[in-house]
Amino acid sequence: MYGSAMAKGLLVTFKNLVRKPFTVQYPEERIKQHPRFRGEEFVWYEERCTGCASCAKYCPLGIIKIVTSPSETAPKEGDKYRLEVFDIDLQRCMFCGLCVEACPYDALFMGSGFEQGQYSRENMVITIDQLRQSNKHPSTWYRPQLETAGYVPNSGRPLGWREVGRESWRWHQGEKAGMRLTADEAEADSPTPDSEAPDSEAGSMGPEPAKGLADNLPENPA
Amino acid sequence: MFCGESILRDNPLFRVIYDGASYFLPCWLSYLVAGVVIMLILVNAVLLGAAAASWMERRLLGRFHNRIGPNRWGPFGTLQPIADLIKLLTKEDLIPAGADRIAFTLVPILMVSTMILMTAVIPFAKDTALADLNVGVLYFLAVSSLTAVALFMAGWSSDNRYALFGAARGVAVLISYEVPVVLSLLGVVMIAGSMSLGAIVHAQQVPFILVQPLAFFLFLAGMSAELNRTPFDVAEAESEIIGGYHTEYSGIKFALIQAAEFGGVLVVSALITTMFLGGWGGPFSEYLGWLWFLLKSILVVALFSWIRATYPRLRIDQIMGFCWKVMLPLSLINLTATTLEVFFLPENGTTMGEQWIMAGINLTLALVCVPLFGKLMREKARPGSSPAGARVVPGIPTIESS
Amino acid sequence: MTIRTEPMTVNVGPQHPSTHGVFRLRITFDGEEILEVEPVLGYLHRGSEKLAEERNYVQIVTLTDRLDYTSPMINNQAYCLAVEKLVGIEPPLRGKYLRTLAAELQRIASHLIAVGFFVQEMGAFGTPLMYAFRSRERILDLFEMLCGARITVSYMRPGGVFADTPPDFWPALARFMEDFRAEFSELEDLLLENEILLARTRGVGPLPPNVAINCSVSGPVLRASGVNWDWRKMEPYDAYDRVEFDVPIGTNWDNYDRFWVRMQEVRQSMRIIEQCVEQIEPGPVRVPDLPLVLRAEPGAEAYGRVEASKGELAFYLVSDGGISPYRCKIRSPSLINLTVTEHLLVGWTLADMIITLGSVDINMGEVDR
Repeated sequence: MYGSAMAKGLLVTFKNLVRKPFTVQYPEERIKQHPRFRGEEFVWYEERCTGCASCAKYCPLGIIKIVTSPSETAPKEGDKYRLEVFDIDLQRCMFCGLCVEACPYDALFMGSGFEQGQYSRENMVITIDQLRQSNKHPSTWYRPQLETAGYVPNSGRPLGWREVGRESWRWHQGEKAGMRLTADEAEADSPTPDSEAPDSEAGSMGPEPAKGLADNLPENPA
Repeated sequence: MFCGESILRDNPLFRVIYDGASYFLPCWLSYLVAGVVIMLILVNAVLLGAAAASWMERRLLGRFHNRIGPNRWGPFGTLQPIADLIKLLTKEDLIPAGADRIAFTLVPILMVSTMILMTAVIPFAKDTALADLNVGVLYFLAVSSLTAVALFMAGWSSDNRYALFGAARGVAVLISYEVPVVLSLLGVVMIAGSMSLGAIVHAQQVPFILVQPLAFFLFLAGMSAELNRTPFDVAEAESEIIGGYHTEYSGIKFALIQAAEFGGVLVVSALITTMFLGGWGGPFSEYLGWLWFLLKSILVVALFSWIRATYPRLRIDQIMGFCWKVMLPLSLINLTATTLEVFFLPENGTTMGEQWIMAGINLTLALVCVPLFGKLMREKARPGSSPAGARVVPGIPTIESS
Repeated sequence: MTIRTEPMTVNVGPQHPSTHGVFRLRITFDGEEILEVEPVLGYLHRGSEKLAEERNYVQIVTLTDRLDYTSPMINNQAYCLAVEKLVGIEPPLRGKYLRTLAAELQRIASHLIAVGFFVQEMGAFGTPLMYAFRSRERILDLFEMLCGARITVSYMRPGGVFADTPPDFWPALARFMEDFRAEFSELEDLLLENEILLARTRGVGPLPPNVAINCSVSGPVLRASGVNWDWRKMEPYDAYDRVEFDVPIGTNWDNYDRFWVRMQEVRQSMRIIEQCVEQIEPGPVRVPDLPLVLRAEPGAEAYGRVEASKGELAFYLVSDGGISPYRCKIRSPSLINLTVTEHLLVGWTLADMIITLGSVDINMGEVDR
């Protein structure tokens, strides 16, 4: 019958009238982001960073600025750079996560939020002090070890630098330079669990995940 | 003088103010004062009603879209129209360089005033209208056709091609749809025996939506076109010609045009309530007549919103085709049927029993005629797009479209 | 006495509510009928092909996200296919299935936009659009679960996908498929037989198949013109040779058929997704031990094409042995589909023009790159 499809259309609209709305009243209610969300604030662990600037080289837009100078902090391991400037320019960052992908030491992670709007252009550049002091809720993007441990950024606790890395001696087996520890060396060099001073770690670039990683993190939320 | 003979003399409010003022003012001045007060009350009520109608439409459309409408300003967003008004007031009042200034400025005034004038005859409570003219229907239709003039003025004086497009389409639609609208109302007038809206409400022993279903459908469709509402809103088709006739309007002029549009919806809903749904009738209509009127009008406004939310727009030639090929014959059929019924029934259709008989006949007629005409109207494929056999590569599964 | 009329030239300008982006058409009208059409492009040109010469092969994946921004997964897929042909690697089976899954989800999302805006331009005041976007929101949520971003996904890498799915992806996908079946049926109820929609689109803007083939049109536009040509069947890539699906073909070659073909393709995509979910097995998702910075043989060239949601999307890569391609040419379907603009629009009215352009479904990110 002519007009029956139009009547059906009216019924569809009416059914939706009585359905609960799909929208969410931001900012009172927020939808939780998923763990792999590539957020705006970056999470940086200075203890793990060597100043290699792989992130800066891999960034397609070239917005990471790293200025380092040689330091005398860990001469036994071939030393590492002292970072003076580590700027990430949020105005042009496209949050692709390639810098995180490139970091060989699991020092840089994507953040988990998206509300980093600022009122002036200077504030849109994340400086090294901001990176040092920011909340450490890393996103699990490109970090399978966090995912296996079931970490959820926006409801988990902040993570320390020992809990977030893969075993560097396994990860860097293919690497020809950089920190290279065999399994025995890693065993022998395990740090005291409470030393958090950035320049004084005795060269271990990663915790021993055999005992620590899965136990310290919150339950897998499934 | 003319003091005692104005059309408002039966209106109790007018009487009260007039009598009160005439204690210390001369006759003509108290007449003026009373008239002005009534006019201000009416104008305010209508404009507030237009704002409320716009709020209701936005929230309803939001719910149809499975989202919430405006809900930040005021409880449930009721102050949103005020916020919009303030925003529009603070905008720059642009008049394009090549525009005809007088006509450009006159258009919103004309639109709003015709809309307000239309409310004068509508009875919104038991036996209460501002001016119960005995040619109420004629007055209403006459004033509403001034919109065509205002529309064309808007389009022409804007000095903008898109506006001209919109205006040309709009005028064509408006003028064409006058004919079936008027003819469809004639059935109602015949049964009620008078053009006065108060008398029409009184004559509705059975709501005329049942007695004249075809007329209701035609009037609804026709007034959708007159008000430039989807599916007939070619005059302001937002996705094609951006704004149509009101592209160049900004600021308070635009606010007034929108007020005229939503107010028009409200006023036409009030008219539909009066003529087809029984006006202020209902239980306790002595005291609650205004409540029933309000509820029924709101229902009709919601119906307009529902239709707007569901249907896409028709093309201009399809709109004209619909008018002349479907609505006009249907309105003539309705008129003939009603005339015959009124002529042959002994009481001329004024008693409830007779109205039920007429309802039965007319409903069957409507259910038969509307699909029939729809089938005739169904768009045939234009020549040149002959569906040839699909070139199908054998061996690979396909779905043939029908 | 005949009234002398003059044809009027109007800019359906770069800023317009319904030209699918910054697209400009100079149209000469006689009343409402279109006499001449001249498309003007380039308002969204961002130099993607030149930028690709400055970035290495993985960084270009982020560039490809932004080409057809309504279907970034498929852009990624096309590009990764081209690089794999260039370098000579092949993703593992699970990687292929994940790519197919992501591409089909993306096809659904892209067609939802196409259909939603198609009806919106007819003036349906956004109701079907809102329903389509409600479903698309769920798909984008799945993408966020998968790779951290909703639109600029960068999910795929040359050699596979960048990582396996998180554990809560599969239940979420199952929930989505269940809900989407109902929502899509509702959308079909609302739209497929609507008399007003039929009246507006039946017989309007017909594109005969010989013209379509001569103008190198591809995708749903070609299929609606009666030509049975789908690259997923002709040259299967990824996991398309392991899943069964049908290809909808139109018979009336008009706007309604283009719209109908897209609605049917969404149904076929749902079938493919179900089969992928059944057939997928655990395994690696990316070619292992790929260097962070890929290189190809100097002088190698490769042409990788996929059936994108808008047509045939292809990347032509030429390498000079370095870490960036020497030349990256993007064959975008929307630009080539615009070849038939004149044929589709001349002789029809203004109202039809908007709808016909909507049915061709162009995306300026692709057209201008």
